[in-house]
Amino acid sequence: MGYLSLTDSDQEAMLAEIGVSSIDELFQDIPEALRLDRALDLEPALSEQQLVAHLEELARKNVHTGRELSFLGAGIYDHYVPAIVDAILARGEFLTAYTPYQPEMSQGVLQAIFEYQTVICELTGMDVSNASGYDGTTVAADACYVAKHTTGRTKVVLAEALNPQVRQVVKTYAPGFGLEVVEIPHTDGITDPDDVRKAAEGAACVIFQQPNFFGCLEPAPELAAAANEAEALAVAHVDPVSLGVLEAPGRYGCAIAIGEGQGAGNYQSYGGPHYGFIATRSDFIRRMPGRIVGETTDTAGERGYVLTLQTREQHIRREKATSNITTNQTLLALAGLAHLSWLGPQGLRELGETCMSLAAYAKEQLGLPLVFPERTTFKEFAVRVGRPAQEAIRAAREQGVHPGYALKRDYSGMEDALLVCVTEKRSPADIDRLAEVLAA
Amino acid sequence: MKLIFEKSQQGRRAGTLPSHDLPPAEVPEELRRREAPRLPELAEPEIVRHFTALADRTFGVDTGFYPLGSCTMKHNPRVNERVVALPGFRDLHPLQEEDGAQGALELMWRLQEILAEVCGLHAVSLQPAAGSQGELTGLMLMRAYFADRGEGEQRKVVITADTAHGTNPASVTMAGFQLQKVETDSRGNLDLDDLRAKVNAETAGLMLTNPSTLGLFDEHIEEVAEIFHGVGALLYYDGANLNAVCGISRPGDMGFDIVHINLHKTFSQPHGGGGPGGGPVAVRDILEPFLPAPAVVRDVDEFRLDYNRPKSIGKVRGYTGPFGVFVRSYAFIRAYGPELRRMSEVAVLNANYMLGRLKGTYDLPFERLCMHEFVLSARNLKRDHGVNALDVAKRLMDYGFHPPTIYFPLIVPEALMIEPTETEPKETLDAFCDAMEKIAKEAASDPEILKEAPHRRPVRRLDEVKAAKRAIVKYGFDEHPNLRGEPSEGGAVEVQKGA
Repeated sequence: MGYLSLTDSDQEAMLAEIGVSSIDELFQDIPEALRLDRALDLEPALSEQQLVAHLEELARKNVHTGRELSFLGAGIYDHYVPAIVDAILARGEFLTAYTPYQPEMSQGVLQAIFEYQTVICELTGMDVSNASGYDGTTVAADACYVAKHTTGRTKVVLAEALNPQVRQVVKTYAPGFGLEVVEIPHTDGITDPDDVRKAAEGAACVIFQQPNFFGCLEPAPELAAAANEAEALAVAHVDPVSLGVLEAPGRYGCAIAIGEGQGAGNYQSYGGPHYGFIATRSDFIRRMPGRIVGETTDTAGERGYVLTLQTREQHIRREKATSNITTNQTLLALAGLAHLSWLGPQGLRELGETCMSLAAYAKEQLGLPLVFPERTTFKEFAVRVGRPAQEAIRAAREQGVHPGYALKRDYSGMEDALLVCVTEKRSPADIDRLAEVLAA
Repeated sequence: MKLIFEKSQQGRRAGTLPSHDLPPAEVPEELRRREAPRLPELAEPEIVRHFTALADRTFGVDTGFYPLGSCTMKHNPRVNERVVALPGFRDLHPLQEEDGAQGALELMWRLQEILAEVCGLHAVSLQPAAGSQGELTGLMLMRAYFADRGEGEQRKVVITADTAHGTNPASVTMAGFQLQKVETDSRGNLDLDDLRAKVNAETAGLMLTNPSTLGLFDEHIEEVAEIFHGVGALLYYDGANLNAVCGISRPGDMGFDIVHINLHKTFSQPHGGGGPGGGPVAVRDILEPFLPAPAVVRDVDEFRLDYNRPKSIGKVRGYTGPFGVFVRSYAFIRAYGPELRRMSEVAVLNANYMLGRLKGTYDLPFERLCMHEFVLSARNLKRDHGVNALDVAKRLMDYGFHPPTIYFPLIVPEALMIEPTETEPKETLDAFCDAMEKIAKEAASDPEILKEAPHRRPVRRLDEVKAAKRAIVKYGFDEHPNLRGEPSEGGAVEVQKGA
């Protein structure tokens, strides 16, 4: 049963050393009335073999992307995860370490985080990255907190074309942070810089997504400029997979770049665990939430790495900390570092180009009216299926194809709109199959 | 050791992509990337060697004993890694229709039921991504509860213990409450007189870790609960130390209304060098309507996501939470079943055994039996030999152990907070205690060997002051500074190392 190492004779010897006669005596400080006088009402223990069989049975009840030809994206993506990622993450030293509080014990993981921070800064064109955030939603709340304390303003502006999951999380955090949330509607699938200009007046920050939730390319430099005119921080929520082909937010005036890291190195895993990233210009380094690794030397002058700028953090600053974050997503961020190292700069560009050209092919093959025909898109695009999208999804799934996401779930007036996602894992033949199924 | 960027050679690569005979993608000029990101350029063999070398320079529970107090560094069963990688879990999209995710929803529902039973409470949300986010979620629930009762303006203050983890006060601020601290009495319990003086109609609630970060169970917890409930306030249980009491005593029975559970501590999600974690929240029935949406519910034999929760605080994280963590923790608990109690019993036995062996050598601030962890003080070594808790911690590395949490809780000077967990064999506990005794002797005979420790790690003691002063937080490529020989200012910073 379980994973214990104690023998009966160990237990006897240990109780004797403590000077008690039973294990129950160890719990004497717990008031009698509070001690549970029955066994926990849980199902009986399973042997390892039974456990695997039970979990396999549960897993079989799920229709994963290997069982269904999937064009479902909308924030979490079926990108290829290279084998080295699995191999690296299986190393017990990485898997079973805690946060590297004792740097001499943890140089490997600290260096890996330093390399991750560098990669995120390179992708986003920023100066500082933290060691990762929970996911692509909570880093948006973190960005709002940084913006509030930097600008002293309490309004945050969100583009409606920003992932609804992200907007919902910001709205949940807002009352505690003392923030008011304002949303800007999209105009034919993108955000209008004039709308940003108006809304940004008196705002701490403006958050938009590039490519946005509909897959459309935003006029990102203009949106950032409009925010900057009002002295609000421009925050871009970006897809790491796009950053080989799309410009880095740091190069078009953004103060902060955030995003969901999942597409780089993590499986879909029904929504997590994944990692969020947040990177800023150097001005905000002391406002940054979460862990940061810095370079230093040891007493012999050798290079080494430590958790740094800890005076921002909860264990030192307590109620005055920049956030309450202790756990981050190091292992998932390490997967991101491994995947991006495997791709290299050229591979990342090719990945973006491949997704984009496959998506363009899909647009053509489907032959369905586009919801936003004027827009350039990246790996996702919205089509009108001529009937409620959920009905089309049901029909397609009966033929083993998941055709995408029903935008109606988040946007009114989009009854028949289907958001189709094409990653490098889909082939032109897969796309032909999708076209066939949707035409039926 | 070189950084991966320093091993990079232009034009080298590992991964290749499928190529299709399709027209190239056209990115509008003004949005196109001008300079490529300087990602590493290596072939696969060197990437694998690089990360293998980094793993070699990292110490995990797999490497050896890791008694980091309040972090519950127990063995992480490998079967959990096998089942989490089943394609039905790993490759499942979070927006898959509910009929295509019945297994995932069932697993989550089952885990909710288990956690509710372990906590002695009514309803569970698995959504929060970590303990600290569970705390914040719990405080948001308090806010929503009082707002719903029309007491939103009135209930401004949340009370924490002076032994609390730093996350507690930080979460209080983030949730928009004011903080008040209560002191610890001479037996390590909350000071009831201090508490009575501070609790009133403005109090929203208490956040408490029980057993506390001193490893002590609060002997007056029933009275504490009465004091808060008496003024209509709520009690929040920080589950960091839940490993002490599973199946023995339940937070709900103690009087707590909200509990967060650290799945990466008590229920063995491997912590991955700092994450992922999981911070589900369990609540009493009066708080259920406010839990994050969507909720995972069961309708006869079908499982579904219920978004129709008008009083919900909303979403605290994307989708329905860190699902892979749920798979591992569920598998972990199913390997114990009702015998989960035995897990906590052995954790407490192991801690008391070590406490018994070490209390003659190091100072013990509170002369009581401990729960799953205990706090010693190295103040005797500091007074007699001029070595401190940091020196003891660094010297332990030379003996092949990860140090305990040090300088925490803050109320104990030169604190050494030791948590062995239930999975360690007696030989390991003995070897660690032998090392601690030997170090105490070395402090007298050869204090320098402690002050200069560690001697057998890939690096010597690192200069944290220089790191904070220079703030080099990414590789600078051609302009990367050489910190060698740069003078630092000031001595070692004494900070909390753990928890």
